[in-house]
Amino acid sequence: MNDQKFVDRSEVMMNIKDINLSFGGLKALSGVSLKINKGEVLAIIGPNGAGKSSMLNVISGIYVPQEGEVEWKGKLRKKIAPHDIARMGIARTFQNIALFKGMSALENILTGRNILMKRNIIMEMLYMGLGRSQEEKHRKKAEEIIDFLEIQSIRKMPVSRLPYGLQKRVELGRALALEPELLLLDEPMAGMNVEEKEDMCRFILDVNEQFGTTIVLIEHDMGVVMDISDRVVVLDYGIKIADGTPDEVRSEQKVIDAYLGAG
Amino acid sequence: MTRDFVALDTFPKILRDNAAIFKGRPSIREKEYGIWQITTWNNFFDKALLLAEGFYNSGLRRGDKIAIIGDNRPNLYLAIASAQILGAIPVPCYQDSVADEIQYILEHAEAKLAVVENQEQVDKLLEIKEKLPLLKNIFYSDPRGLEKYNEKIVFSLETILKNSKEIDVDLDQEINKTSKDDISIMLYTSGTTGRPKGVLLSYNNIISVTSVACEIEKTNPDDEVVAYLPMAWVGDNIFCVAQSYISGFCINCPESRDTLTLDMREIGPTYYFAPPRVWEGMLTQLMVRMQDASKVKLWVFNFFMKTAKKWGNLILDKEKVPFAARMLYGLGYFLIYGPLKNNLGLTRVRMAYTAGEAMGPDTFLFYRSLGINLKVLYGQTEATVFVSLHRDGDVDPNTVGPAFPGVDIKITDGEVFYKGPGVFKGYYKNEEATKETIDKEGWVKTGDAGVIDSNGHLKIIDRAKDVGKLNSGNMFAPKYIENKLKFCGIIKEAVAFGDNKDFVTCFINIDLEAVASWAERNNVAYSGYIDLAGQSTVYNLIASEIDKVNRDLSQDTELNDSQIKRFLILHKELDADDGELTRTNKVRRGLISERYGMLVDAFYNKENHCFIETEVTFEDGRKGSISADLKIQDMNVYDLKDQVA
Repeated sequence: MNDQKFVDRSEVMMNIKDINLSFGGLKALSGVSLKINKGEVLAIIGPNGAGKSSMLNVISGIYVPQEGEVEWKGKLRKKIAPHDIARMGIARTFQNIALFKGMSALENILTGRNILMKRNIIMEMLYMGLGRSQEEKHRKKAEEIIDFLEIQSIRKMPVSRLPYGLQKRVELGRALALEPELLLLDEPMAGMNVEEKEDMCRFILDVNEQFGTTIVLIEHDMGVVMDISDRVVVLDYGIKIADGTPDEVRSEQKVIDAYLGAG
Repeated sequence: MTRDFVALDTFPKILRDNAAIFKGRPSIREKEYGIWQITTWNNFFDKALLLAEGFYNSGLRRGDKIAIIGDNRPNLYLAIASAQILGAIPVPCYQDSVADEIQYILEHAEAKLAVVENQEQVDKLLEIKEKLPLLKNIFYSDPRGLEKYNEKIVFSLETILKNSKEIDVDLDQEINKTSKDDISIMLYTSGTTGRPKGVLLSYNNIISVTSVACEIEKTNPDDEVVAYLPMAWVGDNIFCVAQSYISGFCINCPESRDTLTLDMREIGPTYYFAPPRVWEGMLTQLMVRMQDASKVKLWVFNFFMKTAKKWGNLILDKEKVPFAARMLYGLGYFLIYGPLKNNLGLTRVRMAYTAGEAMGPDTFLFYRSLGINLKVLYGQTEATVFVSLHRDGDVDPNTVGPAFPGVDIKITDGEVFYKGPGVFKGYYKNEEATKETIDKEGWVKTGDAGVIDSNGHLKIIDRAKDVGKLNSGNMFAPKYIENKLKFCGIIKEAVAFGDNKDFVTCFINIDLEAVASWAERNNVAYSGYIDLAGQSTVYNLIASEIDKVNRDLSQDTELNDSQIKRFLILHKELDADDGELTRTNKVRRGLISERYGMLVDAFYNKENHCFIETEVTFEDGRKGSISADLKIQDMNVYDLKDQVA
């Protein structure tokens, strides 16, 4: 009965060592070190302009820091192309929804499986052999995600017609379609009402528990952060000022200062 | 096809027979992963046997009770069938009941096992399991979110289906052992008053009544029904399960509650049962959407709806209709009625029923005029549903039809009594209530006040105990007044007061969807339900509807005094979670007049507003409170003389 994936949370998935990232004269991140453990829910928080999104982009590999090292599963990672990031098993959602507006929820989720598909244009046109088996396989996976996220009723609806909260859910679905090992969520609950937030929290925890996916998220809602994350990292002006469990971080004086603007 | 229901006198026996004669035909479909997954009759039977083995291993024996909780899912229907094979008694519970309510039922029924749909229900049961020492195991159908549960009593149904073990009984013999007087199922009535009571129905009750109903409607294996009504309600067990067993048609389980409309369109049921609320809701939604149509479309729609109103019902009743009218109706069918029915998923509907509450004659005739053969039936759990039923060609929107074949109806002191083959075996562990309900000659008290009209149709007026008297001495039938109000489409719920009072007053719940659409068209800004309900323009809108009802009531000498003098719009929707409605959405009058007593007092103390704070229960069980200062509005009343002048 208990067939859930056993996750050893002490195993380090990504090790970021002492990185510096700057845009021209602007220092976005300075001397930040961060370990992402396998199977954890890690939240990155901080005031506006603290470098949270930059950090996420470093993790995903879009930004390459000028100094410092990024290790992925014990190996040094060099500059990589976006499709290779996807192949590594890293998926993300965006702060501003980046779905294909004219496509249905189902089609959007299927695009997430793009790199996992084997292609044969003739077989696809004839809908036989490889074309057919691939279509069935990937549709099945997409349907499982739809079931998981409880969006059956909007399966065929163009996403532009969906309310904001549901679009966010579809975006999460597309990221999940990649079957990622590491899922990056950039403000998954921004602009949502209380009910939508509660749903989203549930889904994030379910993803973590059921698929054993490691999750890194940026979020402003402190209630949410404290509730769902195993570990919280606080950035301020590009510097890491705290790293620990939600309770430890909450009582850290530096964090209180950063948020309340003391000093 | 005629089958011998003397030999096939229990569901397990019928199921075994169906597995042979309907081999390869669908018995149940469920939409999952976007595809309708079919279970054939033989598959269903095989699975039921496997599950029965599993239940036997868990200690389920003849006469034991097994609780079933969840939405309509094939696995839950399967669990019912498996329990029946072992001679155990399934007890379905309402899936949205809170833990307390479920605890009462499981305790009272002494349930040994529970089969539930998902994590939500498992959590509810784990919350109360300390208080249920008899409950040995909980089985769930959907494993979502349950992977990490380490409770020793929680198991997945799949594991039973996959790892069946040999058992020391012959299931074929067990099936033979079931007899027609065995209890087939125990259904708890929702209980407008007091705690729910467990109604015991035998195989004989259900099979004798259902086979007659199937004969009347000539149901056949090609019929399709969508199972969406609560499994704990007697209707689902008769219209879906029993009729499907007897006729061999297929039950279709929708993907989720939200996708019901889409799933209906895909399946195109031939057989559709819905309470008046659903029919009215569909009509309201349709009318709201038509308001947004272009002028030309709206004109065409209105024109053909008039045509339908004039001729549709006559055509359906196969009466003589002029050729030109038939042609016009045909054109209307092509342009409007057909597409409309298709949109509602009602294109193939051959039999449509409504029951449970009164339905507005306008709504009723609207559907009939589209060519949907909608009929009313009157029934009770205690009667295995059928007491009376409209027949084809003999339909009257104001009545609930003539008595069902084999059922006798009599009216004593204004109250309806009946007797027939469907009369239940008694309430579980409640001799007293059983004796109060069934008398020595077998007449069952319905608690409804009614009359039989000149065509032999039964007409229901109100709950007998709710019928009161105004201080003037005239009759006060609250439900009759409330129903008149609710027929207008913008009033979702109404509660009238007047027993032992000088005049009639009422609480109103607006229909958010309809009123919101009205507000949008009339540039009325609002932030939410409370705000909208409190707006004076909305009060005026409701007042104009009440005025119509008052005019209508003034025409009747008996009811002239029942005109509504004062009303207010409640700041919250009456809700089953707060105990204000039953799980079948009937108003709990006593509780409401108690909880909102200060508002009722304000009515009769000539105050024109009243402050109230009420506790509300959210869906997750948390409590909160909302408050508002409610305005009370006075209404004009009409004299009989005014009408003459």
